[in-house]
Amino acid sequence: MKPAAFKYHRPARLTDALDMLASLPDAKLLAGGQSLGPMLNFRYLMPENLIDLNHVTELQGLSWLADDALRIGAMTRQFQLEKDEGLFTRIPIFREALRWVGHYATRNRGTIGGSLSHLDPAAELPGICALLDAELRVQSAGGRRTISIHDWTVGFMQPNIGEDELLTDIVVRPWTQPHGFSFVEMSRRHGDFAIAGVACLLAVDVQSQIEKVAVSVIGISNGATRLHQAEKALVGAVCTDDVIQAASEEIAQLEAPADAHHSGEFRKRTAKTLFCRAMQQAYQDAINRRSVQ
Amino acid sequence: MSELHAVGMTINGQSYRADIEARMTLADFVRHVCGLTGTHVGCEHGVCGACTLIADGRATRSCTMYAVQAHGSVLTTVEGLAQPDGTLHPVQQAFTDFNGLQCGFCTSGMQMTIAAYLEENPSPTEREIRELISGNICRCTGYQGIVRAALDAAQKLRESR
Repeated sequence: MKPAAFKYHRPARLTDALDMLASLPDAKLLAGGQSLGPMLNFRYLMPENLIDLNHVTELQGLSWLADDALRIGAMTRQFQLEKDEGLFTRIPIFREALRWVGHYATRNRGTIGGSLSHLDPAAELPGICALLDAELRVQSAGGRRTISIHDWTVGFMQPNIGEDELLTDIVVRPWTQPHGFSFVEMSRRHGDFAIAGVACLLAVDVQSQIEKVAVSVIGISNGATRLHQAEKALVGAVCTDDVIQAASEEIAQLEAPADAHHSGEFRKRTAKTLFCRAMQQAYQDAINRRSVQ
Repeated sequence: MSELHAVGMTINGQSYRADIEARMTLADFVRHVCGLTGTHVGCEHGVCGACTLIADGRATRSCTMYAVQAHGSVLTTVEGLAQPDGTLHPVQQAFTDFNGLQCGFCTSGMQMTIAAYLEENPSPTEREIRELISGNICRCTGYQGIVRAALDAAQKLRESR
């Protein structure tokens, strides 16, 4: 339970971190350390070099861009997102989802960029990023590129990022029209890895028909998955139980991994139940928000 | 032995310096280098919460942070929770009053978590306390006494302000 020896590097600037990443052999990036720390302690990983990003201030914090988009630095800690009032006002589902991310003490260290790069299939923040069509900016010593969250997952805990690349920012755009939201999750105990979870944003028109909807599911497949078929079927509909049930069938087509506790089938059934709850809650929330307008 | 790093930090108002390996966890530094054994080491992989201390104002698990990372930090461990004259912190007093501990292994982590949290949320609900301590595992008292202690400490702290 003690990590193997590693060489520790503490860059203060992004360019230094990128140069280290390009030149040091067998290097790992250390963000909040709430997943990497345990993996090092267990010696699942024994990197020769560890590059600690905790002092790269360029990677920290939130800022609203001119086009109303929000830029979140990859090293912004989960508790900072949870506490940010501007973020809560514009994208309230972030705070709701963060409540489910690990525990109080782990959110004090854990970062959004670490969560997206570690890419546990049950992680909440990738689910929220998928819901908001986030753009992820990565950089290497050689240049930078932007990747859609929908192209981010290439396999089990494998993000679409090169060995010499570093995730620097996440850009999300809040919905401009009034909308309801819901985040629901099932785990054996609060703070455990989710069996499944569903996040939903939903806007209704004056006839209470669904005008726009986004739904993502976590814990199934290799991680955050948008349910595009379900969304398409729901637009224009009044949200009855039958309509929701029919839309939830998309989950049955997904691949769900089994683990020591739960079969893939159980995960999918849980996800379908959560989908129905999330839709009902978000729909009701959307109607309430429209009526107070 | 691999390369050594000179680190310095302030713990409970006292300054500590040592040359250590990068792989030494903050928990091991606090216990073995500083001799502050009130911080307990349970799972060593960020699950049990026993090693929680307060680093730069925030509750932190000292097994998933390396001591070299805490260079320049200000820490509080359970030894620094009571007043210098021995008067217990309201959280500690409440644990005594409400039987919030039995064997004591999880206690320091529980108390550091709760003490840090009450600074930012002085009026928590019972549900908030239960969610808070979901990150700390107790294997003997059951959590009822701990929840009652946390709520009582919150009230005492509010009254004292």
